[in-house]
Amino acid sequence: MSALSPGRRRRRVNTAALLIALPTILVFAVFSWWPILLGATMSLQRTNFVGPADWVGLDNFVYVLSDPQLQHAVVNTLWFTALAVLFGFPLPLMLAVVISTVRARSRGLYAGLAYLPVIVPPVVAILLWRFAYDPSPTGLFNAMLAPLGIGPLPWLNDAAIAMPSIVLQATWAAAGTSVLIYLAALTAVRPELYEAAVLDGAGIWSRIWHVTLPQMRTIILVMILLQLIGAAQVFTEPFLMTSGGPQNATLTILLLMYRYAFGGAADYGAATALGVLLALVLALLSAVYLRLTRRWQE
Amino acid sequence: MSDAGILTPAERRRPATAIGLAVVHGAVLLGLAIAGLGPLLWLVAASLGNTQDVLRDPLGVFTRMTEWQHYVDAFRGVDTARLLLNTVLVAGGSAIVTVVVALSAGYVIAIMRPRWAPALSGAVLATIFLPAVVSLVPLYLTVVDMFGTGLSLQNTFWAVWLPAGANAFAVVLVTGFLRAIPRELIEAAQIDGAGPLRTMWSVVLPLARPILGVVALLAAIGAWKDYLWPSLVLTDPLLRPISVALPALERTNDLATFFAILVVASIVPIVLFVVFQRPLLANAGLSAGIKD
Repeated sequence: MSALSPGRRRRRVNTAALLIALPTILVFAVFSWWPILLGATMSLQRTNFVGPADWVGLDNFVYVLSDPQLQHAVVNTLWFTALAVLFGFPLPLMLAVVISTVRARSRGLYAGLAYLPVIVPPVVAILLWRFAYDPSPTGLFNAMLAPLGIGPLPWLNDAAIAMPSIVLQATWAAAGTSVLIYLAALTAVRPELYEAAVLDGAGIWSRIWHVTLPQMRTIILVMILLQLIGAAQVFTEPFLMTSGGPQNATLTILLLMYRYAFGGAADYGAATALGVLLALVLALLSAVYLRLTRRWQE
Repeated sequence: MSDAGILTPAERRRPATAIGLAVVHGAVLLGLAIAGLGPLLWLVAASLGNTQDVLRDPLGVFTRMTEWQHYVDAFRGVDTARLLLNTVLVAGGSAIVTVVVALSAGYVIAIMRPRWAPALSGAVLATIFLPAVVSLVPLYLTVVDMFGTGLSLQNTFWAVWLPAGANAFAVVLVTGFLRAIPRELIEAAQIDGAGPLRTMWSVVLPLARPILGVVALLAAIGAWKDYLWPSLVLTDPLLRPISVALPALERTNDLATFFAILVVASIVPIVLFVVFQRPLLANAGLSAGIKD
């Protein structure tokens, strides 16, 4: 080694590094970078898989934007997203704050129980919940609510409450992740801050409001954004619970994309155009969101 | 983790606060147990009941857990054993590919540091910020027909294994961990004449075992949970994992037997979680937050 000139040694290191990086480069190139580029180009093409693809400009976008189903999908996705943040934001934060006051050695039990639904395979959970949403009076949830004088509710069969029912399941399945993230952020708040607040005479609530939440504002802002982005791409829950019904009340954007691509028409141009549109909207949303919340960020 | 936090030790000792805190903690623990464990316990109880009874009185399942033969039926009439084996293969292969890719990327970016390392790191990181929707359909078309060559990975496990490896978050986790390895250890190995592969095998790999284990577990659980992607590329009944088969099994099976199949489908990830709870809870929050 020592006999090599610095330049040659550097080249040798470079070649070795390239060889070692090969699995990464190949896997990401074929299964990540290339499909992203392909998606962008395909949204501008019409393919029939017999001849070469035709460039059709913005035809796919025009087709998607004038599809009457899109309106349903957009409204439903916004509704789902709003409900998902409404249900799914405050609950994990409050849980995490309470769990952080539990003695350290029993915190694992709380966190483990909160995280358990995340571990259950989504298809299992969704099919179980769909059974529990049985609209008859002897359905599991209706039987549980009957003693309280509520119901029987039609759950997934009713256009008005099908979406909230799906959000309830999705929140149950996802809340554990947020609890863990908030818990990690809470344990990173420096104890001196609390000690200083106590010296200033701050009570428990005022410490939570004036120390804990401000200290966590960056992670809270990021989590809300991630929840928005994740909720806008919801698929499996409505697909398996209602297939978008009743009367398209739970047809989401991803479900519509699935219908374009895999619903028989094999309209990959429309599907990729819709995907690109959603990605652009989400990018725009993120930029606007981060700009609007800049003054609260550190 | 320490006990210091919102509450001061003095407050914890004050009787009124201590009682109030105990009540709140008890209520939250009960709520978490009902919400987190309750549905699973109900599912197990219902799988041991009679379908007619479960439908007639779903709240009474805990009093009638006698029908163990549903677990025999779950494996007799249905090819549940094959579905489980497929799922294990899908999850195991995804874990291996994810670890190999993440280690390869992390070793080059954090340890070897060639001039182009920042470019590679940037190109990998960029994929985190692009929503998955952009690439679902084109990824499917790529896998079905690799670059117009007619070569298709559909209905081979590679169609799930290889895309699972393109996991930027696993790369971030491993790279971050490898960056913390003291430079002197790497240099000492090089002075002893170890090449890059030798250094990776004898110095870095033993040190990185904890993080590689976490990445493997998260990848395996993620693959076990996945539905949409395997439902598109593993359509062959002999190859599909159990998640993909479940919606159809619901229609063709007695309800209580189907519940037994649901229990069987959930047991492996739950056992993995219970056994490896500590390292998973420490890292899982971050990963899922970015991936889902």
